[in-house]
Amino acid sequence: MLSPDDARLLTCLHGGLPLSDRPFADVAVELGWTEDTVIERLHHLLAQGLLTRFGPLFQIERAGGQFVLAALAVPARRFESVAAQVNALPEVAHSYRRDHRLNLWFVVAAASAEQSAAALKRIESDTGLPVFAFPKEREFVAEAHLALDDAVRPEPHDGA
Amino acid sequence: MTPYDRNRTMVLDDFDRELIRATQSGLPLVARPYEAVGAMLGVPGETVRARLFAMLAEGLVRRIGAVPNRDKLGFGASGMSVWDVDDARVDELGARVGSLIGVSHCYRRPRHPPEWPYNLFATLHGRSRSEVQQRADAVAVLLGAACRSHDILYATATLKPSGPQLA
Repeated sequence: MLSPDDARLLTCLHGGLPLSDRPFADVAVELGWTEDTVIERLHHLLAQGLLTRFGPLFQIERAGGQFVLAALAVPARRFESVAAQVNALPEVAHSYRRDHRLNLWFVVAAASAEQSAAALKRIESDTGLPVFAFPKEREFVAEAHLALDDAVRPEPHDGA
Repeated sequence: MTPYDRNRTMVLDDFDRELIRATQSGLPLVARPYEAVGAMLGVPGETVRARLFAMLAEGLVRRIGAVPNRDKLGFGASGMSVWDVDDARVDELGARVGSLIGVSHCYRRPRHPPEWPYNLFATLHGRSRSEVQQRADAVAVLLGAACRSHDILYATATLKPSGPQLA
């Protein structure tokens, strides 16, 4: 759970770390903190696992790279071995088991469209199962407004 | 930031690739982080900043910032909600779904009938599955008659955790 100060820090950083010589000092001025405090808090948040990463968020599609979401319908008794085959490919960035007939979901990350297509073909030939590929056709939002305030409030206010 | 031309991709040179490799697992948390990255690559910090600025302008870098761990931040549950939405309306409605609270990702993706009729994917977050379900109810209301069917898929196990993003 975030402290109110941590939430302020992350909200302040949400627009992005400045590209200045001493960016944490600039953030500190906005918060009324010291540069050291900003750096220590970020260290702490990473060490606690509240942040998974701090740095540039690359969108590799802009350089010709591709992320492709894909899924397989794996018979239950083969699940472990098929998951191992899929995960063995370096192009598979992450994978999940989901409660659906399409039960093995994974993301292929590749430097080019050709490379991701080859990885998907390889998975089909290794597993003998058809790959359902779900390349993004249009993006409407991506990690835009994680309501940080919600993380420090006992109950969200939107009541969705 | 000026909108970039989505149809044109950025051509990376060797320095760009080194810069991506050096920073994709994170920036050093020191007073002069860009200078520190420059020191690793044998260039001044200014060169690093100028290149990151260009990457931001081109959309290759979305932003420089923190990636929160949603599980630990109290967003206890998430589900991939999938919707079969009228093709004529999916773009207009997708944009509205993407702006709902608790929606972190929203994409139009291809259908694979008959197994997979869904063309709109929205990742929903909440404190519990019942809150995720409530968010899905809100999406259903928004989509109204334009939606023929939907489902919510929950992850029951992470098999391969998020790796580095490659360069």
